[in-house]
Amino acid sequence: MGEFAYVAPRNVADAVGVLQDHANNGRRAQVLAGGTDLLVQLRGLDKAPRTIVDVKKIEETNRLDIGGDEIYIGAAIPSAILNENQELKSLLPGLIEAADLIGSTQIQGRASLGGNLCNSSPAADTIPAMIADRGICVIAGSGGEREVPVEDFCTGVGTNVMTGDEFLLGLKFPRPPANSGDAYLRFIPRTEMDIAVAGAGVSVTLDGGGTCTAARVGIGAVAPTPLLVADAAAALVGTAVDDDALAAAGAACSTAASPINDKRGTVEYRRKVVAVLCRRAGAIARDRALAA
Amino acid sequence: MSKMHIHTTINGDQVDFLGSPQQSLLDALRDEVGKLGTKEGCGTGDCGACSVIVDGRLVCSCLMLAAEAEGAEITTIEGIADGDGLHPLQEKFLEHAALQCGVCTPGFIVAAKALLDRDPNPDERTIRYWLAGNLCRCTGYDKIVRAVQDAAEQLAHPA
Ligand SMILES: Cc1cc2nc3c(=O)[nH]c(=O)nc-3n(C[C@H](O)[C@H](O)[C@H](O)COP(=O)(O)OP(=O)(O)OC[C@H]3O[C@@H](n4cnc5c(N)ncnc54)[C@H](O)[C@@H]3O)c2cc1C
Ligand code: FES
Ligand code: FES
Repeated sequence: MGEFAYVAPRNVADAVGVLQDHANNGRRAQVLAGGTDLLVQLRGLDKAPRTIVDVKKIEETNRLDIGGDEIYIGAAIPSAILNENQELKSLLPGLIEAADLIGSTQIQGRASLGGNLCNSSPAADTIPAMIADRGICVIAGSGGEREVPVEDFCTGVGTNVMTGDEFLLGLKFPRPPANSGDAYLRFIPRTEMDIAVAGAGVSVTLDGGGTCTAARVGIGAVAPTPLLVADAAAALVGTAVDDDALAAAGAACSTAASPINDKRGTVEYRRKVVAVLCRRAGAIARDRALAA
Repeated sequence: MSKMHIHTTINGDQVDFLGSPQQSLLDALRDEVGKLGTKEGCGTGDCGACSVIVDGRLVCSCLMLAAEAEGAEITTIEGIADGDGLHPLQEKFLEHAALQCGVCTPGFIVAAKALLDRDPNPDERTIRYWLAGNLCRCTGYDKIVRAVQDAAEQLAHPA
């Protein structure tokens, strides 16, 4: 059985070593970033001992690199720090808006993109935005590093592609080309502190004449995992991202959705709302691209 | 259960304590350090009663492990007043009757202090959003917002 333990490895090799050692010996290890999901879970029914592996002391999980081609965001960086970075905010405003939606000021001081992704909730706010922005997960494990597109990361409610000896180092995004914009919108019954009933992230790139040359659409809270909706993006490419194109993209989101009925919303309602959110987020992304 | 030796600075004083690996900072502050001003409302990040400032950031101490506080500088409600005098936020909460049972008050004052440290002249909307993670089930929020505005005013123009 063993006991609870806490370790805070200082580098990737040590972290992987601890995870691998636990995996090989049938012992439980749990990665900790900001703890805003994990600490809530620790209070739950499952009190079984484990080793908590705090990955916040590792350089790669804290690094923020805004390069000419690529943007790297360490998995453990709190939302508040991302939100204070004006360059990042101007490059990927939709992603930062999504991160800024997570919880209160207190939660913002801790909650990370990596934690939001690895918790793998269908309603996680940053995942559709990361999908729209072509995010790639950089995963470290005993076999070295591997990369997985964000849309392929979650495998079900609370599950993902990482094995027991792996953890997330960070997320890579291509630096958006000129005339690009992104946006994320969610619907919640309150204005703050709630879980998305539906969410949609959109990114578009326009040519000099305002015609869309590339687009991505991610949706959340309307299926067991956040989804990339290729048909929605296809409805935007080649158009001026006008009302008709946005309506078609929204309709594609409704079709792609396979939501559940719960107290937060019915199946019909979620299908309808996700289309509205896609339309509105698409219009914001377009206006940002035009202003860029 | 093996205990960990944790070294912190709390309200400017060096404080070392023994904590267990899964203990929250909130529980350690109350049970190991004896600082009872920090309250538990929910234990799940929703109410803000447990708010403390860690290395300059406002956090819920219920959502942080004590072990994570190794080497950290922590400000709790006990560190807000200067010597024997109350901090303007504390005075204004009293003046505006911005508390009834008082369970939420330490969290509100610590959170408001973190706001004023960052933005000495916040507008009402900023105050309301900043304090959205602090719940009060007694007073309603208007008196609290007025108290924070008034404290900001006093800090800017000491009488
Ligand atoms: C009051 C409150 C409000 C919230 N509001 C929202 C909201 O509006 N929208 C929303 O989407 N979420 C919300 N959340 C959930 C949570 O804050 C977010 O999911 C947050 O991004 C989690 O990040 P973290 O760093 O705190 O993760 P942690 O709690 O540290 O970790 C979350 C999970 O991911 C794993 N993990 C973390 N980092 C890594 C890594 N680098 N590698 C491998 N595994 C890892 C952990 O083992 C754990 O299973 C809220 C939570 C609270 C308490
Ligand atoms: S006790 Fe920490 S937020 Fe409620
Ligand atoms: S005064 Fe009682 S909860 Fe705020």
